[in-house]
Amino acid sequence: MEPIDTSLIDWSRAQFALTAMYHWVFVPLTLGLGLIMCLMETVYVRTGKEFWKTATQFWMKLFGINFAMGVATGIILEFEFGTNWSNYSWFVGDIFGAPLAVEGIVAFFLEATFIALMFFGWEKLGRKTHLLSTWMTVLGATFSAWWILVANSWMQYPVGMEFNPETVRSEMVSFAAVALSPVAVTKFLHTVTSSWVLGAVFVVGVSAWYLLRGRHTDFAHASIRVAAIFGLIASLLTAATGHQSGVDIARHQPMKLAAAEGLYEGGQGVGLVGLGILKPGIDWSNPSEDPFLWKLEIPCGLSILATNSPEGYVPGIKNILEGGYVGEDGLPELSAEKKMEMGGRAIEALAASQAGKNEQAVRILRENFPYFGYGYLKSPAELVPPVVPTFYSFRVMVILGGYFIALFAGLLLVGKRIGRWKPVLLAVLLSIPLAYLASEAGWIVAEVGRQPWAIQGLLPNCAAVSKLSACSVQTTFWIFSALFTTLLLAELCIMVRAISDGPDKESA
Amino acid sequence: MNDAFFQEYWWFLVSLLGALFVFLMFVQGGQTLVWALGRTEQQRRMLLLATGRKWEITFTTLVTFGGAFFASFPLFYSTSFGGAYWVWMLILLCFVIQAVSYEFQMKRSNVLGTGVYRSFLLLNGVLGPLLVGTAVGTLFFGAEFIIDKQAIVLPGEPPVISRWATPWHGLEAVLDIRNVLLGLAVLMLSRCLAHLYFLNRIEDVEVRSRSLRLLPWEIVLFLVFFLSFIGFWVTADGYVVGQGGSIAVEPMRHLHDLLAMPEVLVMLVFGVLLVLTGLLMPLLKGGCRSGIWSAGLGTVLTVLALLLSIGWHGGVYYPSLADPPSSLTLSNSCSSEYTLKVMSAVSLLIPFVLAYIIWAWRALEKSPIQLSEVDQSH
Ligand code: HEM
Repeated sequence: MEPIDTSLIDWSRAQFALTAMYHWVFVPLTLGLGLIMCLMETVYVRTGKEFWKTATQFWMKLFGINFAMGVATGIILEFEFGTNWSNYSWFVGDIFGAPLAVEGIVAFFLEATFIALMFFGWEKLGRKTHLLSTWMTVLGATFSAWWILVANSWMQYPVGMEFNPETVRSEMVSFAAVALSPVAVTKFLHTVTSSWVLGAVFVVGVSAWYLLRGRHTDFAHASIRVAAIFGLIASLLTAATGHQSGVDIARHQPMKLAAAEGLYEGGQGVGLVGLGILKPGIDWSNPSEDPFLWKLEIPCGLSILATNSPEGYVPGIKNILEGGYVGEDGLPELSAEKKMEMGGRAIEALAASQAGKNEQAVRILRENFPYFGYGYLKSPAELVPPVVPTFYSFRVMVILGGYFIALFAGLLLVGKRIGRWKPVLLAVLLSIPLAYLASEAGWIVAEVGRQPWAIQGLLPNCAAVSKLSACSVQTTFWIFSALFTTLLLAELCIMVRAISDGPDKESA
Repeated sequence: MNDAFFQEYWWFLVSLLGALFVFLMFVQGGQTLVWALGRTEQQRRMLLLATGRKWEITFTTLVTFGGAFFASFPLFYSTSFGGAYWVWMLILLCFVIQAVSYEFQMKRSNVLGTGVYRSFLLLNGVLGPLLVGTAVGTLFFGAEFIIDKQAIVLPGEPPVISRWATPWHGLEAVLDIRNVLLGLAVLMLSRCLAHLYFLNRIEDVEVRSRSLRLLPWEIVLFLVFFLSFIGFWVTADGYVVGQGGSIAVEPMRHLHDLLAMPEVLVMLVFGVLLVLTGLLMPLLKGGCRSGIWSAGLGTVLTVLALLLSIGWHGGVYYPSLADPPSSLTLSNSCSSEYTLKVMSAVSLLIPFVLAYIIWAWRALEKSPIQLSEVDQSH
């Protein structure tokens, strides 16, 4: 099979990564700040104190600025499946399109309708109806996260489907299995709770800035209190759901876990690398030396995480490529070469079945289909994802996860005394970019760690891409880079200005 | 209910979303009229406030249209979006710049300045309807794609099912004047509807009288483009699918299809009459406010009928010029029966969605927008 131009695949991936990462700058704040805004408005409606109305309106103003960018960057992603990953769209459109359609019908309209009421309805609606609109807007955004994460999880763990040789595509056989897949549930919970953390860090960070400036101190203390309670709960939930995500990838995407841990050779009683420095320039498919310059390990930590037992077996990259160990299903895992051979057989059988009705070909196809995607690979080395970004991103996310727990707990403990400690206030302010870093790092683990697959085991990127010239995709990549960067800059300036205007100034 | 029922039902839903989208593009039309109708800054802000409360619904309808098309007719989604790359990318770009402009245009420290965000709105207003109309024109007159499902297994081939036959990736659609005529008709329709919307929403004598002065010219241009499109379309040759998926060319095929589906023909005629009534109402009845309802409903019916006429009745809804047997019909491009059924169950929520949208609009729009409101606006 003639390989598709690799620079096309790389540019298409780069464009998707660029647009997704830009989109993800705005989404977690929508989810996190949105909920804080709802809580404050609820307090306003229950107590009738104008103070909480002003506070809600201030955070809502920042929410609106951020929301616009989320919408602008989001539309590209939905259509990019078609424009840049058209083969993928055909191969799995029967399954993958459904959550996107449901997202539109159920979630987007809820969000788009109530957001207008939320912004323009303060004077026109009763208090309770306005509160309902605010909750509905945020609920709409959260529903939308649910459906898009269902779609994403399905790519990581394809369930509820069967391949149909006649139509040459995968078809859905159980919507419930797709929509309620355990991977989707964990992914949703981890993504949403970690977004709440980001929202809470944003609120305490901005409030810390007011305290540093000695402005709006009552407002700042009140906001810190609400956000720190909310943030502490959210960050503990994030750690718990993050742990479950680790268990999930150990089960369904062991190569991702091996990459995230820099684990070349696995075994029993494997330690969890808390901190570590990788040797540069290592060939991870066959390293000639120990890949670590230095590491600090928690003994048996990874075995406990992945198998709930200190003696549990965790495969490394080498083991996954060579096979032979006992897999999740209790059967010996096949080697990468064997899987590639079976994948090749599946593709040949598909060709034979297309040439004419051929029951034997269909049978061979079915037997080998679980490894269909391996048939498009040229060498086992292609199965190893980029280890360096996956490894470091994982550490950044988890360490920051611990830091946020400490931050919120500390803020609650010191209460109003924090106003006296300028360096601490500065540290709280500087935590805002760290929350974004943790969140983006999470997606790097999830997405870089699953390379080369568009759909785990079934379709590698090289068979998922649209047939375009690399140059076209390169051009749109640069257009999006320039446009999104300019708009991000504008958003930041508007946001900073609105913050420096403070809560009692009307938006302009 | 059999397979064909669900295919036709989903084609109806996708067409309905498309039709609602065309109606809601009055927002885009309005954006192109801001300078012609608003001479003072206050008036322009008032006009932008009126469209600014609606743009998100238009935008969301477009996104849902994309999702629904993907889910129900994935082969269209993968073939057209992946192939006519440049056209769709341009359309997306002009919606991206719209999404930030309403929020950012009046904010201080917005880096680019109010003028740039407003020109983004103008660009979106002109290019949005024009490009969408031109792209939809290819559903009526054909596009340059080739589909080969064997490609996924053939040695020596990149494993990609859909290919585009020209290096222009969709831009060649503008070389066919008939596509451009549809684009221009959609653009002029969006402007006409915007006039009616402003006449309904805006309480300002100057703006209203300017609108009434411009409207007749816009109607004439719309009719010229729309009727030429219809003329070309009903007299054009069309594809007929024969046994085993073979394709034959039949003169005036589209007219025959329309005649074979009298309910669709009636819907089309009725829709066009409603559009004309709505457009003429304010001219005949001195600035009457309710033209938008008649023209809006008419637009939805007209577009719906046009799209139904190409998809229903076993028709070819996306003809391939490069390789006629690759042409798309509902049955060769749809999702599996199971998926269509599941989504049909979800679609039962649509009336609720419509109900709360209508409730929300009414809650917000109890009285027309006045100049005084501009200063307190968000
Ligand atoms: C506290 C300890 C944490 C652990 C153990 C943890 C664990 C994980 C794991 C294993 C994944 C990959 C899941 C997959 O590929 O399916 C992941 C993804 C992710 N993480 Fe974390 N995480 C933690 C903290 C955080 C924090 C603090 C944030 C952000 C504020 C965050 C944001 C994300 C995001 C956005 C993703 C991608 C979405 C997903 O796959 O769920 N995580 N995390």
